Amino acid sequence: MAGLAGAASSGGDTFPKILLHNAKVFGDRTAVREKDFGIWQSWTWTQVRDNIRDLSLGLKELGLQQGQKVAIVGANRPRLYWSMVAAQAIGAVPVPVYADSVAEEMAYVLGHAEVAFAVVEDQEQVDKLLSMDSEVPTLKDIIYDETRGLRDYDHTHLHDFAAVQALGRKVLEKDPGTEKAWEDGFAPAKGSDIAVMLYTSGTTGRPKGVMLSFDNLIISARNANAFDHLDEHEEVLAYLPMAWIGDHVFSLAQAFTAGYCVNCPESLDTIDVDRLEIAPTYFFAPPRVFESMLTSIMVRMEDAGKTKRRMFDYFMGVARRSGEKILNGESVSLKDRLLYRLGEFFVYGPLKNRMGLTRMKVGYTAGEAIGPEIFRFYRALGLNLKQLYGQTEASVYITLQPDGEIYGDTVGKPAPSVELKIAENGEVLYRSPGVFVGYYKNDEATRSTKTEEGWVHTGDAGFIAENGHLKIIDRAKDVGKLNDGSLFAPKYIENKLKFFPNIKEAVAFGDGRDRVGVFINIDLTAVGSWAERNNVNYASYQELAAHPQVYAMIQEHVDQVNRDLASEPMMAGAQIRRFLVLHKELDADDGELTRTQKVRRNFIAERYAPLIEALYDGSTSKHVRTEVTFEDGRVGAIEATVEIRDMPAHEASGLQEAAE
Amino acid sequence: MNAIMTSEEMPQVAAPTAEREDLLRVDNVSLSFGGVKAITDISFDIKKGEIRAIIGPNGAGKTSMLNVINGFYHPQVGTITWQGQVRRKMKPYEAASQGIARTFQNVALFRGMTTLDNIMSGRSLKMRKNFFWQMMWYGPAREEEIEHRKKVEEIIDFLEIQAIRKTPVGRLPYGLQKRVELGRALAMEPDLLLLDEPMAGMNLEEKADMSRFILDVNQEFGTTIALIEHDMGVVMDLSDRVVVLDYGKKIADGPPEEVQASQAVIDAYLGVSH
Repeated sequence: MAGLAGAASSGGDTFPKILLHNAKVFGDRTAVREKDFGIWQSWTWTQVRDNIRDLSLGLKELGLQQGQKVAIVGANRPRLYWSMVAAQAIGAVPVPVYADSVAEEMAYVLGHAEVAFAVVEDQEQVDKLLSMDSEVPTLKDIIYDETRGLRDYDHTHLHDFAAVQALGRKVLEKDPGTEKAWEDGFAPAKGSDIAVMLYTSGTTGRPKGVMLSFDNLIISARNANAFDHLDEHEEVLAYLPMAWIGDHVFSLAQAFTAGYCVNCPESLDTIDVDRLEIAPTYFFAPPRVFESMLTSIMVRMEDAGKTKRRMFDYFMGVARRSGEKILNGESVSLKDRLLYRLGEFFVYGPLKNRMGLTRMKVGYTAGEAIGPEIFRFYRALGLNLKQLYGQTEASVYITLQPDGEIYGDTVGKPAPSVELKIAENGEVLYRSPGVFVGYYKNDEATRSTKTEEGWVHTGDAGFIAENGHLKIIDRAKDVGKLNDGSLFAPKYIENKLKFFPNIKEAVAFGDGRDRVGVFINIDLTAVGSWAERNNVNYASYQELAAHPQVYAMIQEHVDQVNRDLASEPMMAGAQIRRFLVLHKELDADDGELTRTQKVRRNFIAERYAPLIEALYDGSTSKHVRTEVTFEDGRVGAIEATVEIRDMPAHEASGLQEAAE
Repeated sequence: MNAIMTSEEMPQVAAPTAEREDLLRVDNVSLSFGGVKAITDISFDIKKGEIRAIIGPNGAGKTSMLNVINGFYHPQVGTITWQGQVRRKMKPYEAASQGIARTFQNVALFRGMTTLDNIMSGRSLKMRKNFFWQMMWYGPAREEEIEHRKKVEEIIDFLEIQAIRKTPVGRLPYGLQKRVELGRALAMEPDLLLLDEPMAGMNLEEKADMSRFILDVNQEFGTTIALIEHDMGVVMDLSDRVVVLDYGKKIADGPPEEVQASQAVIDAYLGVSH
């Protein structure tokens, strides 16, 4: 399966070996930047190697041994990335964990992984870990990056990151031979060794620890670099959770194999400004990031002057007509070509600059289906945004859209060295060099996911279209039928709703029922700004959500979606017949979304059972009481009376066909 | 930044409060405006490095007390001893240059200026170059400004307000404005920080954040803090010692647990006819 690139082709088959190679080859090239104290601080590959080496030696002094697990908890910081490679150099396995998960979730993961060490960002994480003493008995030492607030803690098993590095340097000074010994230490490591353990956020059940080998990551990363022609000149922004496979591959595996520069933002709240300053050439974002960027543009345009607005509307029309064709290299009339140039100067260029995407060579979105309208918007601006379809178990890549072959409703062709097949029940299966080794301490789950021949069940329903592209409809288990037999793909409907800037989240119900009913979450930014412009008074999210004018606006959106659905033969039967606007924002802290912000359908169905009942019993309003969990773990309750509205169905304009 | 530590988790710092040196002493101070007695014969001390809370029902004279400490009001009777020296009548800016900084009950920032500029203004007492040099922004003046900017960036980092660095403070929500105000006070690198209801009008989460910042300021910079606060939970968790005022008189003084149990305090809060 060596097709494009073997793991050992250049630089080595493990990250510590690639690190030495990069320090030699790229030496003074910038490897990492982090914005700190308002300035972008940078480190070259040589400095990165020295930092990792010092830390690694320090960890060894503290007693870290081969095979032990090291938890990594925090936001994207160079030191945390370094910790992963420093651990790997000793033969230990890093386990990045979602930093914002509540103590209970984290305790489960750390306990399951039996971590011995933890490298964390700051006091918040230290406190969290210290509170899990009993659940994670294996955890001995904690190393922290940010010293603040930790001065007076008991430091017997708590160490400052810099102090651990100093410890490593001391060993090095005492015996200069240590460096050679350190390098020799990881020389015998093989590509088939476990590189990292990533816990899947789990839309259902407990998180599972996905074990990935160096081969998995490095071969996949090299293939991806070759596929999109990425080299050491790229700039990426590392801002997605470190525990997520996407960030691990983009900010570590691909960065190491290609040698490009990873930029860590100042804080999670400054990402927009940081992206603008860095202007990444290779950019990855889940659909919600593109959605919220588009929402904020639309909101600002609403506030702009008349001339600007007209200019924006006119040139966006031009872009929608010809932008994507130009990007795909298709023929476009001279007039449109010229107008597009003009638009680039007046509208698209400044817009792209504002979003920090001016230099973007290639951008990907994945994780969830992106609304076709959102996707088209960015492509129309001339941004080479593409979709990919991936999974933790595949080291990300399953399918990718090749340049020039972009279809909004497909996720592309199989990535290099990936084989695809569709099972009887419509489930997508794949086999690739990136296929995970197994779930940690869960052979049963491994067996049910990965066949003996190495095929992995994705859990997604889809089919391969005539052009060879994979089309995903929904989670295999979510696709259902209405009682009249029409196909019901909830995510498909939800995505259509979510394209409206005013709608942040939607949850559709209908499987095994007579008609489709929908919960809607308004987007506070967009609707709040609309309320301000229209003199709508409100005191809280809850009040705004229940406002009759907001309802009227959402009703129009729902009607538009129904019209769209009516025009598609497969979907016309599943138009939205009733909807309600939820009185609270769906939140991961309440378990309604996963940590990657995906809707947990079953959980919501259970939690809001009275509302679902009301959707189907014909009542026009319903009083509900919902418990909410604050960030510090305290519990409160929100009460509200939610209105439910009926919607007319549109005549199907296409031919009605059976779903199969 | 979310969990507030309970007091028993909080490691005790250095020597017990009683043994520490006085930073400020107030002896038999009385303050009246015409016939109205705002403060009557109050004495208490603030030790170096402690968090000292001043509490009391509305109109008890808490803010007047802070105003006396930072030199805005001048008491008719009594003495104030600052760092071992009896203080003469002074202007607020003199108190500021001696190392007393404060925040206000109602936010008092320059609303049209950015967060960065507001905090930078807190450094103005520390700027040594004259107006001419600063206007030229050349040579030593420039070096000086860079030095100050560095300090300000440290404070921005400390208070986690990087995202609003360049936002005019008038556009910020109240909780953040309060944080910026704290930042400006910190920019003076004060010996004594006076906080007048730092958490008034905040929600639970903002309060938790602010509490953590106050504890961190106290620990990291060793700044002595005197605060007025109405949220008893916050006062009890944060402060080393509490002084309680009622109708301008001191009715209790001591560690939080002791004050909480005092009958006089309970009466003052629940209302007993005087």
